[in-house]
Amino acid sequence: MCRPMKRLDQLSSQARAQWLALAQSHDPVVWVALGSCSQAAGADAVALAMRDELAARGCQARFVRTGCMGLCYLEPTAIVRKPGCARVVYGPLDENSARRLVAECLLGEGSCPDLAVGRLDADPPEDVPDLSDHPAMRLQVRRVMQHCGLIDPEDLSHYLANGGYEAFRQALAMPADEIIERLKESGLRGRSGGGFPVWRKWEFTRNAKGSQRYVLCNAHEGDPGAFSNRLLTESDPHGFLEGMLIAAFTVGATQGYIYMASEYPLAHHRVGMAIDQLRWAGLLGDDILGSGFSFDITLRSGAGVFVSGEETAQIASLEGRRGAPAPRPPYPGQSGIAGAPTLVQNVETLANVPLIVAHGGEWFRAVGTSASPGTKAFSLSGRLARRGVFELPLGMGLSHVVNDVGGGARDEHPLKAVHTGGPPGGLLPADIEVPLDFDSMGETGSLMGSGGIIAIDDRCCIVDLTRHFMEFAQDEACGQCVPCRNGNRVMLDILNRLTQGQGRPGDLDRLLELGNVIRLTSLCGLGQTAPNPILTGIRYFRSEFEAHLHGSCPAGVCPLAAPAESVAEAAAS
Amino acid sequence: MVTTTDYDQIRASLQSVLSRHERSRSSLIPILHEVQDLFGHVPPAAIAPIAHRLSLSQAEVHGVVSFYSHFRLSPPGRHHVTVCAGTACHVEGTPLLLRELRRLLGIEPGQRTTDGLFSLSRVGCLGCCAMAPAMMVDGRAYPSVSPARLAAILAEYGFTPDVQTDEAA
Repeated sequence: MCRPMKRLDQLSSQARAQWLALAQSHDPVVWVALGSCSQAAGADAVALAMRDELAARGCQARFVRTGCMGLCYLEPTAIVRKPGCARVVYGPLDENSARRLVAECLLGEGSCPDLAVGRLDADPPEDVPDLSDHPAMRLQVRRVMQHCGLIDPEDLSHYLANGGYEAFRQALAMPADEIIERLKESGLRGRSGGGFPVWRKWEFTRNAKGSQRYVLCNAHEGDPGAFSNRLLTESDPHGFLEGMLIAAFTVGATQGYIYMASEYPLAHHRVGMAIDQLRWAGLLGDDILGSGFSFDITLRSGAGVFVSGEETAQIASLEGRRGAPAPRPPYPGQSGIAGAPTLVQNVETLANVPLIVAHGGEWFRAVGTSASPGTKAFSLSGRLARRGVFELPLGMGLSHVVNDVGGGARDEHPLKAVHTGGPPGGLLPADIEVPLDFDSMGETGSLMGSGGIIAIDDRCCIVDLTRHFMEFAQDEACGQCVPCRNGNRVMLDILNRLTQGQGRPGDLDRLLELGNVIRLTSLCGLGQTAPNPILTGIRYFRSEFEAHLHGSCPAGVCPLAAPAESVAEAAAS
Repeated sequence: MVTTTDYDQIRASLQSVLSRHERSRSSLIPILHEVQDLFGHVPPAAIAPIAHRLSLSQAEVHGVVSFYSHFRLSPPGRHHVTVCAGTACHVEGTPLLLRELRRLLGIEPGQRTTDGLFSLSRVGCLGCCAMAPAMMVDGRAYPSVSPARLAAILAEYGFTPDVQTDEAA
């Protein structure tokens, strides 16, 4: 065995020993979730309160940082383990309940079941139910999110202790064709929304002519309402980095880029740290693990433009140009960064790769549907009771997800609509029966897209919302092609008039007509999909549009219908 | 942060940023990020040296700066307030938040208060959709912000309500 390989073995066995020591620690252990959501909700103050309380009582505990489990609505959360007991997830905590947790649970005999979400192991306390039975967890199949919230994302050893980089080592010993074959068996499709078969992209890039090849990881996640990639990059950065290494080895790339949203400073920090650790561990650089394979990764920050999530626009941005899309073909697999073949994949897609290499295609297909196998990390937000990121088998019914995972409406206001797929997606009735997968969702006029699901109740106005989407499309348009630049402007003008009570007869037909032309004639995905929220809005909620034409807003949101103050009061209450 | 009135210092700081990057066009955006981190914005005076270094025209550099909403050509306030205009936040009341911010600070997104204390911007999505509406001040995120809480949050950063308004009340 070569020296770098030996060193990695050594690191892994040390990591496992440390992990075991933590699991069997004689001191209490507290894992504090420190992701963007938890920090916003006050996780730092909770951790400090626990430390203070422990210090005041002259006791000690080990504190470990983790990422997020995805149960954003319960943040701040912490996992607590007393010697001999199960790890128990608690949340939402505040400073007072954190102190109580220390006094009653960590140092006392109690288990604070009223603060508990669930336990992670079979050990006592018996009065806390299993986390896997929790309604937010029961339907989940945690694959790409298996480590989220359980390991320290800033510590490579936690990832190594849990089998990290084993799949990459396995891949290094496999012919590239076999890796592609395994992906083909798995049926993995790109998780950013397009749903293109991953193996085909890899084969295409691998066989494209060129001496230099690149892998570009799209971590831009521009879709408002989707935050699963933020969670993955913040909570388990090595998961997708391992996939990126396997991708580079398979297609023969020597340089990789990660294009990270500038709105995600914590993710940027953690991924940057993870890359440094990989260099230190000999998993990036020249002749990795003595295999002859050389690869390095550069982390780049986006600059706040939605259209930079489009692959050709992202490449333009990396090259130092305005991030405007270019016509395809040529596809990046043929001619990408600096004209060289470039494999572009998003974070979640890459995070699936090590699992497929390790467990095989058949394992991957065990959940999901035959055309959309595997899982997807869905971001649930809006007026739902349970909000966060939930990894679910593809093909689950949308209303099942909304009601049984998301817990339905948060309060007495019934859900009216569900918005899926980000700005390119559409508005659907809340009770629509449709399987969440790549193909079925397209038939509704909306999309699964990157997995954002926003629930909307009767306090929201569909017309106002479509106006909001059009404003977004208009703001974010790069201005290159006429249908998107001018057509969306005209659509926005009509919607502005409608929400101001100045609708004219024929406005709806004009919106539909314009929408269809823009869809068919725009240059890139942004333009082609920009009218979708309006087209689906009119298709499913036509009566709301008609009410606006007659000067009334059923939800009482638009200025034509209600004085502004009453809206403010309604929202504040 | 380097203040932008000291031109010698701008030049010196800028040179140290430029010298760390390869002289290729692909360095442009990383350079702009570093320049903005250093000065709080991209000083218009920095455009010519950047263009020169990368063998680009000033128009090309300006075109890139103005294309990306993250880059600012004028200095931000001492505290920068970012309001999330994502869909989930919109549904949960961003328009009302923005209206209250306009009222309290007397500025529109993209502007700075006359005392230089605050600036305001709107972004596409902060990724805190589960805690909508979200807002950030100097990189610190505030979840589920109601218009009624805004004055107290801003007060943490030195905001005092308009003296005249106080007297009137």
